[in-house]
Amino acid sequence: MTDPAASAFSTPDALKRLKRRRAADVRFRLYGMGAIFLALGALVLLAMSIGAQAVSAATYHVVRYDITLDPAVITPPGEETPEEIARNVDGFWELLRDNLLATFPEANKDRAARMEVSEFVTRLAVLPTAKRVASQPQLLGNAITLKAPLNDDLDLYLKGQAFAERRVGTGAISGVLPQDDGSAQIEGQGAFAPIKTAMMTLEADGINLSEASVLLTSGSSTGRLHDIQSDSASIELLTGTLEAFQGSSATARIIALPEAQRVISDQQIAWTLALKDMDRISRVPRWSLLTNSDSTYPELAGGLAALVGSLFTMLVTALVAIPIGILAAVYLEEFAPKNRLTDFIEVNINNLAAVPSIVFGLLGAAVYINFLGMPRSAPLVGGLVLALMTFPVVIIAARAALKAVPPSVRSGALAIGASQMQTVFHHVVPLAAPGIFTGAILGMARALGETAPLLLIGMVAFVGDVPTSPTDESTVMPVLIYTWSNNAERAWEPMTSAMIVILLAVLLLMNGLVVFLRRKYERRW
Amino acid sequence: MLQQLGHLPMGWLLIALIAVFASVAFFTGRVRAERILLSGATELHSRPNYHGYFVTMWAVIPAILVALAYAIGAESVSRGQLTSELPPAFELLSAPELQTYLDSVAHAARSRDYAGTDLVFTAVTNRYLEILGGLNIAALVLMALGAVGGLFLARKRLAASFRARSLVERGMEGVLFFCAVVAIATTVGIVVSLLYESIQFFSVVPIWDFLFGTRWNAQTEAEFGALPLFFGTFMIALIAMCVAAPIGLFSAIYLSEYAGPKVRAWIKPILEILAGIPTVVYGFFALLVVAPAVRSLAIWINETLINVGLASEPLLAAQPTSALAAGLVMGIMVIPFVSSLSDDVINAVPQTLRDGAYALGATKSETVRNVVVPAALPGIIAALLLAVSRAIGETMIVVMAAGKSARISMDPTSDLTTITVQIVSLMTGETGFDDPKTLSAFALGLVLFAVTLLFNVIALRVVQKYREKYD
Repeated sequence: MTDPAASAFSTPDALKRLKRRRAADVRFRLYGMGAIFLALGALVLLAMSIGAQAVSAATYHVVRYDITLDPAVITPPGEETPEEIARNVDGFWELLRDNLLATFPEANKDRAARMEVSEFVTRLAVLPTAKRVASQPQLLGNAITLKAPLNDDLDLYLKGQAFAERRVGTGAISGVLPQDDGSAQIEGQGAFAPIKTAMMTLEADGINLSEASVLLTSGSSTGRLHDIQSDSASIELLTGTLEAFQGSSATARIIALPEAQRVISDQQIAWTLALKDMDRISRVPRWSLLTNSDSTYPELAGGLAALVGSLFTMLVTALVAIPIGILAAVYLEEFAPKNRLTDFIEVNINNLAAVPSIVFGLLGAAVYINFLGMPRSAPLVGGLVLALMTFPVVIIAARAALKAVPPSVRSGALAIGASQMQTVFHHVVPLAAPGIFTGAILGMARALGETAPLLLIGMVAFVGDVPTSPTDESTVMPVLIYTWSNNAERAWEPMTSAMIVILLAVLLLMNGLVVFLRRKYERRW
Repeated sequence: MLQQLGHLPMGWLLIALIAVFASVAFFTGRVRAERILLSGATELHSRPNYHGYFVTMWAVIPAILVALAYAIGAESVSRGQLTSELPPAFELLSAPELQTYLDSVAHAARSRDYAGTDLVFTAVTNRYLEILGGLNIAALVLMALGAVGGLFLARKRLAASFRARSLVERGMEGVLFFCAVVAIATTVGIVVSLLYESIQFFSVVPIWDFLFGTRWNAQTEAEFGALPLFFGTFMIALIAMCVAAPIGLFSAIYLSEYAGPKVRAWIKPILEILAGIPTVVYGFFALLVVAPAVRSLAIWINETLINVGLASEPLLAAQPTSALAAGLVMGIMVIPFVSSLSDDVINAVPQTLRDGAYALGATKSETVRNVVVPAALPGIIAALLLAVSRAIGETMIVVMAAGKSARISMDPTSDLTTITVQIVSLMTGETGFDDPKTLSAFALGLVLFAVTLLFNVIALRVVQKYREKYD
């Protein structure tokens, strides 16, 4: 008949419970997957947001200047030695500014306009040219072409990251009627209807256009529009000529952000667009990120000094932490008698590996700088602080690698008469070497990304020169990232991201090396 | 003359000299041993190389001692000597001013670029260089004497029956032991330097005022009540653990119980990338993405509450940097600390326990919840404790994204400050080591060290106890 056991499990009640339990099972599994997706999602979000910013910093805009190296400006009487030429940044910069003033005659009209032109290129941007001319005096008096980075805010504008801008094409403009007050009336059948429509859409989206600028560009001429009707508008010329608009269809730019709230003016935008139209602005890879040192101007700043500082710091760390770590591991694993002292050492090492890094910074500040009087901000001190932080990591990895070498190797060596020291250093350590070195590289990778302890020993100072020795004032890559992220100007954001990408690339390389070494040399006993 | 010697690049010189002495000593010893071998019919006890190492040991150890003494003492000795020789007018300077003056003298002496500065400064710098030059030459002579003396003493002992290898090995073991002791020395260094500066601090500010005071204004008004910092640290760590504990635990459970070997082989290393990203990158991420998002969310909540009529004024502070932003990002950072260790302990739970549960008719999730997780609980708790200790000691994320105002506020969208943030801002200023401001950073460091140590010790104990159970 009916099986009593089966019936107990197949009552409607039991079946319902089973269903609930299975649903709970599925839910539990989904929680697990959800957790992993959240973690991976965070990683992807981090990579994407920083990567996107970094991509924009990978290139920048430079302006071409065809200038004549006028000796009267570059080598004024009494300043003719190469050192004085190399220091005459102002002279070279004047040449560039005068070149811009010649291109845009309207900029000569008043002081304010000249100031606006001056902002196109920072003085320090001509330093490489000054140095070149100083070393090649025969260039004096000749015409040269040089490219200098565009002001960072205009660079951001050209990349479309400065503020929102709506671009619309107009219809054909049939007439330009100059007025008495310097402006002009431009006309065209339905020519400005697209602008009106675009503005209406923007306003419908809740954007306040009461103080918006509408710029109309044709060729290298740009003007600001007022009283926009479908068929006519009043234009206030910013650069170029009114004739350029005659019979052409122009591009209008609607910028909702009021001019007073922007770092760049309509006039500067007009000049930038004109330079671009003249093919004098080009977008090039920003190698200066790797070849320049830090600067207060984002368009000139680079990470070379920090890269070299990191290199020196890592050198000191490696020279101290790796030998001490390996030898300590060898002692603890192969020689140490089991007693209180060695137990205490072991507990110590495990704890040191988990001490917050900032505590090591306090130690460095108190002992190295205050007590021993070592120089602040030096890679030597930074390296020593990071070494104290890294060597427990090296010890732990090296011990694991030594432990993995089978005892038969040791017995074999001892059996043929090797001393314990010979056994260890001729047989065990070479066999454990791949494991030891992968551990060491991982420890170094951690030290390379470390910031907090270095802040405490003064490596946060602004360093404009590439350090030449471990005792020079210097900074390191993570600290540079921190410093740059503190800067207020918008242009630093992509620069910081680009620096992060460089740092992550180095770390990835080190980790890749570890994976490679493991694949190639790891032995399973 | 002495002044010129003051410019010697002593660091490189000492290292190069040690290298030279080492190689000379090695070859002396080795050649001597080979001579013995060639001259007589007897066999050597140790191979010639060991004789070489033995002589090297004797030559290099005195040289290294001299170099270390120079590295540690030269600067302070020369400064002390210089201070005692300064004209009486300098007594008007306070200690920090004198320190700054000496720093600039040392800097000018290093860079050689002080011609044309005022006469007194030039004279003082010249005298400093003379003293330094004297010390330099003394160090070099002492080093050479020590090395050569050691070399000859050792060389005299070489003989056919001389047990060079045993002695070298004993010396080597000493070196190994010394390296292991560096670990103790570091811990002692941490404890002593933190305690020393903290005791100085507590002689100015009573310890109870520090631990339980509620007003912290170290930068401006010398108010050192650290309770708001402890609160901020606790709050942010709590937010971080609210993110990391569920995500880390469920990831670990999924990876060890559900995922196939292929998925596991991919996901596990990717999760561990999260632990390898430098914290300054997380800080930038918090500043760039998370903090603005938290702020707009808070503003939206405020507006909605007001619109619905539940509140008459903004409920949340919605500040540009907030405890919530820092905590969320820190949570992401510590996920792998939770998941990795939990994964290990879950894997260590014997399969028989699971099989037993399945045999009773439990579903997979019931097995995990009622058998596996309880069995792995001590390890999981240890993982959580280690993660908390990480979160408390983490610096860059909070420095960049948590703000600087010391207050006790339950609103996660207001900016809070933490122990580590205050340490950084106190130590990056231009204050001397006798200022209570700087000293308070060490007192905070001591608290941080003690708390994280406590967490780590408990966690390690728990793990050890647990391991013994199944082995």
